[in-house]
Amino acid sequence: MTESLLNVQDLETQFKTPEGIVHAVNGVSFKLAQGETLGVVGESGCGKSVTMLSCLRLIASPPGKIVAGKALFKGKDLLTMSTDEIRGVRGSKMSMVFQDPMTSLNPVMTIGKQMAEPLILHLGMTQEQARKRSIELLGLVGIPNAGERLRDYPHQYSGGMRQRVMIAMGLSCMPEILIADEPTTALDVTIQAQIVDLVKRLREEFGMAIIWITHDLGVVAKIAHRVMVMYGGYIIEEAPVKELYAHPTHPYTLGLIGSLPKLNEDGRTRLYSIDGMPPVLYKKPQVCPFAPRCRYVIERCWQENPPLQNITPDHRVACWVDTTSESERL
Amino acid sequence: MTTTTAPTGDNTLLREARPERKIGRIERVLGPENYRIITGLLKTPASIMGFILIGIYILVAVFAPAIIPPVGSDPYKIPRDGFSGEPRGMGTEWKKNTPDVPFWYKAITGKDEWVHILGTAQGQYDIFYGLVWGTRTAFRTGFIVVVSTVLIGIIIGSISAYYGGIVDNVIMRLVDVFMTLPFILMALILAAVLTPVIGKSLVPSIVALISFGWMGYARIIRGDILSVKERDFVLAARVVGVQDYRILFRHILPNAIFPTLVLASLAIGDVVLSFAALSFLGIGTQVGYADWGQVLSFARNWITSLQDYWYIVVWPGLVLVFFVMGWNLVGDAMRDVLDPRMRGKS
Repeated sequence: MTESLLNVQDLETQFKTPEGIVHAVNGVSFKLAQGETLGVVGESGCGKSVTMLSCLRLIASPPGKIVAGKALFKGKDLLTMSTDEIRGVRGSKMSMVFQDPMTSLNPVMTIGKQMAEPLILHLGMTQEQARKRSIELLGLVGIPNAGERLRDYPHQYSGGMRQRVMIAMGLSCMPEILIADEPTTALDVTIQAQIVDLVKRLREEFGMAIIWITHDLGVVAKIAHRVMVMYGGYIIEEAPVKELYAHPTHPYTLGLIGSLPKLNEDGRTRLYSIDGMPPVLYKKPQVCPFAPRCRYVIERCWQENPPLQNITPDHRVACWVDTTSESERL
Repeated sequence: MTTTTAPTGDNTLLREARPERKIGRIERVLGPENYRIITGLLKTPASIMGFILIGIYILVAVFAPAIIPPVGSDPYKIPRDGFSGEPRGMGTEWKKNTPDVPFWYKAITGKDEWVHILGTAQGQYDIFYGLVWGTRTAFRTGFIVVVSTVLIGIIIGSISAYYGGIVDNVIMRLVDVFMTLPFILMALILAAVLTPVIGKSLVPSIVALISFGWMGYARIIRGDILSVKERDFVLAARVVGVQDYRILFRHILPNAIFPTLVLASLAIGDVVLSFAALSFLGIGTQVGYADWGQVLSFARNWITSLQDYWYIVVWPGLVLVFFVMGWNLVGDAMRDVLDPRMRGKS
């Protein structure tokens, strides 16, 4: 296997709350290769965003704390770097685009000033150079009249345009990894499609690796090479995108895919859904965290938490049950 | 993909949708942002009224020596025309300690010598002189107190919000304690305690007003910083690697400071009013110092016969009322214009 760009090992993040310690990420390990797009899916509260924020050390502390693990970026551990070093990584090597473009831009700064900030900070550009580069970047993400629009404030942009600006800012220093935290969730469907196409185009141009966090299995199918399914702070299944859709193995993944509306079904059948809510883990579970909601639950699920195991060389699953027959039915 | 191709720069449709705005010479000099603020401030009749009022006061303060030249070495000492207790009416003859006759005097009043335009107060202090030179005192105390309280408030509030936890708790409980104290009473006590130590001057009252005036700003800025701190753009700024101090000063404070600034601009009027209240009660400056509260305090013994001596209350009172009103009107207009959320709406 080639040297991976990002190699996260046994990452654990906890939050201290008045009710007790919440185990948000429980020993997550994954790798990201150069130029690869990794989709991360799961319900809200499964630890997707927290995992990525932990890698950039952006967990508010207190209450949050990264208690164990490593996040090797090109062999250097992001979690033990000095504050100055990690700040050098943020934005220039790894950057992030957030879910809600309406609140991710500072309302009292012009777009131009905000875009110039990382450019001046990381690339040592002058104001004028930064302005020129910002115009290029805005053109790249499809904002017309870029020169003039730099003087505008965020409220003068539409939601889709703001997300384009966020993406342009994320890419401004040519990062090697772009983390997109549900970048299309707050946008309507047509804009979603535009943003996905935009990111795909930019990926071809810049060749950066992308981690795409989402609820939307449709978007993942369109953009990702590999998919990681998270539940209760664990990775429960990981596979190349085609393999995952062809042979979903973990009952949770089965449930997620099963709950997508199907075009060939007639309108009167009820849409399948997984009962219940993801758990808030106040202590590290000794059993399978999905067991209470699982349709295929067996005795062993209540005794041991299944480890993530390879079922084929590039397909990992954490489940005791053999669901092969089920996945064929889907 | 066709959906994401950027429209090229010379798209005629777009140019029509976003018409070129004519930029005047004033706007070019000031820059678009300042121009917007100024035109915004000059739009409503109420704010124009406020600016005119404050403008008049500023002119009076600046040109005080030309309006009524000082008598003696200390211009802030109101000249006395004798020592008799009973106030004298408007337009009575000015016998002793007469100022030089300025150029405007004859043209407007048609007289060759000074008269007491607005009468004299108890002890023959000239009311007109006191009000004109008192304008300077008002501005001076107003600005010193407001700037100091806002600075103290912002520093304490920012520390409280930024560090959070126990620091925040201790500071905010301290603020609570300060807030339970009745403002004017505490200011009065502190000023009264300080006066023998420092001596009679503006300082005791100013210190007293600052000591008990900063809590409101600290609370407001803390609350605003706390809410702004959690917003996504702060995280977004951290993601691109912006330094902490820069996040606080460039991203958080500018978003949190507007309510405080509006409050401060409103407060100048109130501060001057409180200062006058202290002076009226005889705290602070020495007797005869040109300051509105002082002039007003001369009326204390004559309140029972105001039908005769109305001018010693009415003129200083009106001067105070219009001053406070001017700042209130301007403060309202500032709120509308400086709030970025209101930008582009009117």
